Amino acid sequence: MESSGAGSLVGDYQYGFHDEERSVFQTRRGLDADVVRQISALKNEPAWMLEFRLKALGLFQGRPMPRWGNTEVLDAIDFDRIIYYVRAMEGQGRTWEEVPEGIKRTFDRLGIPEAERKFLAGVTAQYDSEAVYHSIQAELEQQGVIFLDMDSGLRLHGDLVRQYFGTVIPPNDNKFAALNSAVWSGGSFVYVPPGVQVRVPLQAYFRINTRDMGQFERTLIIADEGSSVHYIEGCTAPIWSSDSLHSAVVELVARKGARIRYTTIQNWSKNVLNLVTKRAVAHEDATVEWVDGNLGSRLTMKYPAIHLVGPRAHGEVLSIAFAGAGQHQDAGAKVIHAAPDTTSSITSKSISKDGGRASYRGLVKVYPGARGARVNVRCDALLLDEDSRSDTWPTMEIGEARAAVGHEATVSKVSEEQLYYLRSRGLTEAEATLMIVNGFIEPFVKELPMEYAVELNRLIALEMEGAVG
Amino acid sequence: MEADRNQQVQGDPILEVRDLRASVGDRAILRGVDLIVRRGEVHAVMGRNGSGKSTLSHVLMGHPAYRVDGGEVRFLGRDLLQMDVTERARAGLFLGFQQPVAVPGVTVTHFLRSVLRSRGRDLPAREFRGILRKAFDELGIADEFAGRSLNDGFSGGERKRLEVLQLRLLRPVLALMDETDSGLDIDALKVVSEGINASIRDGVSVVLVTHYQRILQYVHPHLVHVFLDGRVARSGGPELARVLEERGYDWIDAPQA
Ligand SMILES: Nc1ncnc2c1ncn2[C@@H]1O[C@H](COP(=O)(O)OP(=O)(O)OP(=O)(O)O)[C@@H](O)[C@H]1O
Ligand SMILES: [Mg+2]
Repeated sequence: MESSGAGSLVGDYQYGFHDEERSVFQTRRGLDADVVRQISALKNEPAWMLEFRLKALGLFQGRPMPRWGNTEVLDAIDFDRIIYYVRAMEGQGRTWEEVPEGIKRTFDRLGIPEAERKFLAGVTAQYDSEAVYHSIQAELEQQGVIFLDMDSGLRLHGDLVRQYFGTVIPPNDNKFAALNSAVWSGGSFVYVPPGVQVRVPLQAYFRINTRDMGQFERTLIIADEGSSVHYIEGCTAPIWSSDSLHSAVVELVARKGARIRYTTIQNWSKNVLNLVTKRAVAHEDATVEWVDGNLGSRLTMKYPAIHLVGPRAHGEVLSIAFAGAGQHQDAGAKVIHAAPDTTSSITSKSISKDGGRASYRGLVKVYPGARGARVNVRCDALLLDEDSRSDTWPTMEIGEARAAVGHEATVSKVSEEQLYYLRSRGLTEAEATLMIVNGFIEPFVKELPMEYAVELNRLIALEMEGAVG
Repeated sequence: MEADRNQQVQGDPILEVRDLRASVGDRAILRGVDLIVRRGEVHAVMGRNGSGKSTLSHVLMGHPAYRVDGGEVRFLGRDLLQMDVTERARAGLFLGFQQPVAVPGVTVTHFLRSVLRSRGRDLPAREFRGILRKAFDELGIADEFAGRSLNDGFSGGERKRLEVLQLRLLRPVLALMDETDSGLDIDALKVVSEGINASIRDGVSVVLVTHYQRILQYVHPHLVHVFLDGRVARSGGPELARVLEERGYDWIDAPQA
C-alpha cells in the first residue's frame, strides 16, 4: 500500500476542475479505513502515522456527538457527504514567484493588503487541504527554526514530530479531535530551538474552497527552553451553499521558560462549522497566550486551553466573538493549574447582533498542591439588539485553598447615554454604535499586529453595516 | 472686543423656546419654558438643584429619555424638535455635559478625529495633531490624555476641560454649558472660562448653567435667568446673579407675570 504511489490510486479519486477550484484530486465522499489509508499512502507517511490515524478513526466512530454547544447543528452533520481530502497541487513553492497565478488571484480576492504580503516571506498558505506555498526566511533557517507545513514536518523531522504529535491533544480527547487525527492534512509544524527568539510573527493563511470539503489542519508548535515565538493564523473563505466542516487541532508545547503567543482571526464564511481543539502545555516559567478572534462561521465551538504544569507558568486567553444573524459563537477558555505559583487570566468579549448568539464556556481548574495559583476571569457580553443572545457558563473547580480566583462577568446593551453623548457631537447613530463596539473590543485589538488590527476593524465595520453575507 | 457686555446684543434670535413642556415617565419636569437667545449673546441660567436646568439642556439636545409634551423650539429658524440628536449637533448646537459620559476603549484622539471627519472636516493627520496639541495646551490638558479612553477614569475637572476643548474644536453656533464650572479648582476655572470666552469671541452664543457667581466674573452674561420648578421664573441683567448670591432663591417664589 505504502509504495503504491499516487498513480495507482488515481482510480479512486475524482478529478475536479472548477474554474476556481484547482483541485487535482480528492477522496470520495464519506469516511472509512480505506479513505484513511489512501490519505496516508498518498502522503507517503511512515507506518506509525497510518496506525495513529486508523486508531483515531475507530475512536471517532465509537464516540457519540457532544451533547453541548449547539447539538442541533452538530447532529445535522452528515459525515458521509464530506470529502475528507483534497489535493490542490503537487509540490511546494518556496518563493512567491513560484506560486501559481490562480492562487495569487485568490489571495487578491481575500483582500490581503499589500503591506502584509511582505510578511509572506515566512508564510504557509493553505489552498484546499494542502500547503501550496511555503517559504522560510533565511533568518529563521540560520536560527535553526523549523517552520513547515505539517506534512513536510512529518517527512523531514519524523522523530521530533513523533515525540510530540498527539501528546497534548490525544485522539480520544473528543470526537472532533479523533476525526482530525484520522484525516488531518496540512497545518503547520514549528520548532524553535532553545534560547531562540523569533522576531517576526510566523503567519499562515487558510482557506476553504471546495464544496462540502472538510478542512482538518493539524498544527504543532514546540518552543524549546527559553525560546519565544508568535504564530498567527488568519482565515477567510468564500461562501458555498452547503455546510463546510472545519475541524482543526492545534497543539502547543512551551518548554521551560519559553513563550508562545498564538493569534487567530477566524472569518470563515457563514456556512462553515468550525469545531476546533486547541491546547497548550506550559512548563516551568513558561508563558502561553491565546489571542483568539472569531467573526465568521455558522457555528464555532472552540475553547483554547492551557495546562500550566510547571511552577510559575503563566497563561492568558484573550478572545472576542462576533455573532451576527444566523451565527452561534460558542467560545471560551480552559486553564488548568497543576503546579505552584502558576498564574492565568482569561478575558472574553462577545458581541451579538441581529439574533446572533454568543456563548462563553469556560473551565478553571486548580489542582490540590497548586499553592499560590492566581486566576482572573473576565467575561463581557455586548448585546446590540433585543433578538440577540448571550450565555455564560463558567466552571470553577478549585481544589487548593491557597489559590486566588477572581471572576467577573457582565452583559450589557449599547448604552443609551454613550450613544447620546457621541451623537451630540455630530456622529450618526451608526458611527456612534461602531465607535462603542470598537471601544468594547479594544483590549483585544490592541494585542494584534497593526495590519491585523486594521483588518479586524474593517471587518467589524462591515459586520455592523450588515454588509457581510 | 471687551465691549460692554451688560448690554443686550441686538442680533437675530437663534434660539426661540416657547412654552416648552417635557416629562420623564409621568413626571412633568419642564412646565412651560420661554427663552430667546440672540446671536452673540451670553445667558446665565441659575436655579435650585432639581429645578430642571439640565433637563432643559437635554431636551434641547434631543435626549431620548425625555418626552416633549408641548411648546415650540426654533433653532436658526428650523423646528428643532423635529430634528434628531445628530442633526441638532450638525446644525450648530452644542451641549457641554454636566456629567460627561465615559466611552472605554475609545481614545480622545480617535474620538475627536472621528467627530471632525464625520462633520466633513477630515484634516490631514499632521494638521489634526497640530490643532489638537494647541487645544490641549490652551486648556491645560496633559498630552497623555490624547491616548486615554474618552472620559474614562477622568476626574470631574478633567472631564470639564475636555468638554470645553470640544466646544473649541467644534465651533458651534450655540453652546449650552451645563455647570461647566462645578467641581473646578481655581486655576481650572480660569482656564475653562478663558476657553469659553475665546469661543464667545469667535461668535459662539452661550447659555451658561451655573450655581456660582464666580464664573460670571470671568464670563460676562448679558442676561441672567432664574429657573424655578421647570420654568424661567425671573430674568434680568448681570446684577441679578449678585442678588441671588446674597439672598438665595427664597424671595423668588412665583413666576413672573
Ligand atoms: N432621566 C430622568 N429620570 C427621572 N427623573 C429625572 C430625569 N432627569 C431629570 N429628572 C428629575 O427632574 C428634576 C430636574 O432635574 P435636572 O437634572 O434637570 O435638575 P437641575 O436643575 O439640572 O439640577 P442640578 O442643579 O442639581 O443639576 C429632578 O428632580 C430630577 O430627579
Ligand atoms: Mg443639572
